[in-house]
Amino acid sequence: MKVLVPVKRVIDYNVKVRVKADRSGVDLANVKMSMNPFDEIAVEEAIRMKEAGTATEVIALSLGPTQSQETLRTALAMGADRAIHVVHEGDLEPLAVAKMIARIVAEESPDVVILGKQAIDDDANQTGHMLAGLLGWAQGTFVSKVEAANGSLKVVREVDGGLESVMLTLPAIITVDLRLNDPRYASLPNIMKARKKEIAKRTPDELGVDVTPRLKVVSVEEPPRRKSGIKVDSVGELVDKLQNDAGAI
Amino acid sequence: MAILVYAEHDNQELAPATGSAVTAALEMGGDITVLVAGSGCGAVAEAASRTAGIARVLLADEAPLEAQLAENVAPLIASLAPDYSHVVAPATTTGKNIMPRAAALLDKQQVSDITAVVAADTFVRPIYAGNAMATVQSTDDIVFVTVRTTTFDAAEEGDTAAPVETVSGAADAGLSSFEGAALSGGERPELTTARVVISGGRGMKSGENFAMLEEVADILGAAVGASRAAVDAGYVPNDYQVGQTGKVVAPELYLAIGISGAIQHLAGMKDSKVIACINKDEEAPIFQVADFGLVADLFDAVPELKTELEQRGIQPR
Repeated sequence: MKVLVPVKRVIDYNVKVRVKADRSGVDLANVKMSMNPFDEIAVEEAIRMKEAGTATEVIALSLGPTQSQETLRTALAMGADRAIHVVHEGDLEPLAVAKMIARIVAEESPDVVILGKQAIDDDANQTGHMLAGLLGWAQGTFVSKVEAANGSLKVVREVDGGLESVMLTLPAIITVDLRLNDPRYASLPNIMKARKKEIAKRTPDELGVDVTPRLKVVSVEEPPRRKSGIKVDSVGELVDKLQNDAGAI
Repeated sequence: MAILVYAEHDNQELAPATGSAVTAALEMGGDITVLVAGSGCGAVAEAASRTAGIARVLLADEAPLEAQLAENVAPLIASLAPDYSHVVAPATTTGKNIMPRAAALLDKQQVSDITAVVAADTFVRPIYAGNAMATVQSTDDIVFVTVRTTTFDAAEEGDTAAPVETVSGAADAGLSSFEGAALSGGERPELTTARVVISGGRGMKSGENFAMLEEVADILGAAVGASRAAVDAGYVPNDYQVGQTGKVVAPELYLAIGISGAIQHLAGMKDSKVIACINKDEEAPIFQVADFGLVADLFDAVPELKTELEQRGIQPR
């Protein structure tokens, strides 16, 4: 089974985001960037499938600026076999990304595409499902467990009410949730080896995808701040404040 | 303008999330049609028809729609959507699963998880775990939107029932099949709609200790939630998780017990009206968003809280 894993370079999840003074976006200059945490889980799952003998090849794919190749090197160091980089400076929306992944899918013919359920920058939660729609494939979203079962995949999905099991025929799209696995750290020898692995470069033009944004960003602002609260000295005082000052109980 | 609203339900009951999506749609303006897709869901359509402000209900009651699999529902939405200017769904796991697929089938770029309607084509949505709020304007001719339910009050019940029309022709795409569900359920109020939420974090130390929170929850009529750390540690099931990628809640009162307050957790609860926390680490970031913070060992403070509430005769509202 061939597995394709799209990965996104995003602001590191520990970084406190700052909105630009001109309200055009958030300040990404000199900020630590990392692989989207959900995509790390996707890479880990693909590598585990290869280690288990279910997958034969793991291809990492990133769509984004020149520096996205660092993210691909991370995926390669974790254990992906090779990588494809669709180079594009500037923002890409989920629909455009899904279309480009669909073109790569047409070229590479993977059996499964595993993606993070959402990117922690735009929090859109769309790309995997859009890709599944464009390809006419089965989709398993918010997945916390995957089992291969004769030409299909059984997935457990994390839904609002609890858990749900769905059987997907192959080829299929999976978007992964937090509890699928704990991604590994790449070892130093693997990081060195990853430097020699191939990263093929592509462009949106070559793939024939129009990436013009459909959404116009009017402004980006700080969320309303909560006014600072107080510390109380005892449980009695806490309950008193909640009952008499806040009227919350 | 005409707006199609996707109803959230379990084939038996209409979920309040639907009402929130209707309210958002009313702010966009236009004739509103509520689509109830499922199997054996006639009673849901009837309930939906009593929502104030809507023009009609479309009932797609067919076997392939029973589990609301995206592969079967998205083509239905895509076939109906060209008659509308907007397609709106609550940002529940069902809405989040189906809508992007339907949008892609029509080559539209969805706007996810909106928290405000600025104009019919312009919306506010949180990005970067709610650390920034983006105002975006869609240029698509059919605008696909999912709605953060906590920021829109559910539409009320009207005096008259809107007409219910049946649509048919849904097919099984043959791509996926529903195998079963393990739903937590229970008697307690649902997390996203509860008036009071009490959540535990890593500081709870075990799943058994959540019983302490449940006792307090029973007095307050509260739902019980958790931080990601508590869910990852296996203390409680995934559906307890409040945060950027879990559930977003905005109750009248949020009690954070033994939760440090990572930005990913704050993203899911910082719009609560009143926030109180108990944590033994006075440096914990949760104190920065809490209206009332108590620095204490939760294993002393929570039982004391229960006693205090009982002595004052506090009842669920």
